[in-house]
Amino acid sequence: MLNPAYTGRTYPPTAPYEVGREKVREFAGAVRAPAGGGDVAPPTFPIVLSMHAEKQVVDDPDFGFDFSRVVHRDQRFEARRPIRVGDRLTVTVEVVAADSVDGNDVVTLRGHIREADGGALVCTTTSTLVSRKENTQ
Amino acid sequence: MMAQLDVGAAMPTRTFRITRADLVRYAAASGDHNPIHWSDRQAAEVGLPGVIAHGMLSMGLASTAVSDWAGERAAVIEYGTRFTRPVLVPDTADGVELTVDGVVGEVREDGTVRVDLTVRCGTQKVLARTRAVLAPGR
Repeated sequence: MLNPAYTGRTYPPTAPYEVGREKVREFAGAVRAPAGGGDVAPPTFPIVLSMHAEKQVVDDPDFGFDFSRVVHRDQRFEARRPIRVGDRLTVTVEVVAADSVDGNDVVTLRGHIREADGGALVCTTTSTLVSRKENTQ
Repeated sequence: MMAQLDVGAAMPTRTFRITRADLVRYAAASGDHNPIHWSDRQAAEVGLPGVIAHGMLSMGLASTAVSDWAGERAAVIEYGTRFTRPVLVPDTADGVELTVDGVVGEVREDGTVRVDLTVRCGTQKVLARTRAVLAPGR
């Protein structure tokens, strides 16, 4: 059972993630962004950091959200600046909403991606995930 | 060049072919190893007709279309979508084809530009309310 009391909960910032040149290159290749993009990561690259950070939520047994049945419903990015090779970034995950709707569990998670040194905000990611109810057919 | 970012200006249509190999590549690059993107059996267990593409792959390909079109003129600062229909990717050599179109919907006073995107697989729209906001000269 999804625990709706988790709405509003914020997890501690993750350990710093260092953005590697080859990781950016690999991601750019997967979304067919030009290889000559240099040090700047594609606009959806922040999902790599926020999804990794959301493992804290996935691994939290008291939250009761079945990630094995998840599909992605909404995604949003708001960037103050692009992510670049060499950035050291932390992510703070916030549970914006956790509701059960018609047997499906719907969770909205926000990732606040900040510079590890100084804390300047780089990007905010907002993901709405639906854990589909068991197929009873 | 900025004249091309007037309201109503259209991006050239882009198409991206997606095969199972592309899903494996995106899984590795992104760290999203959800089995619905590589196992027909596990996709069926959650009620899907087969393996589907990562929504973030479709979203990422669409952002590449926008970034390629904007070039040096502007960078994406906001980007959002709803994933309305799964992109089924059969285990065939050809896979499926994703088509991305876009049009400038708004030029704001602060110089930012909203591009409204249409993303289709075949004739069906797979994303909805897909909007990118570009900031010039970054």
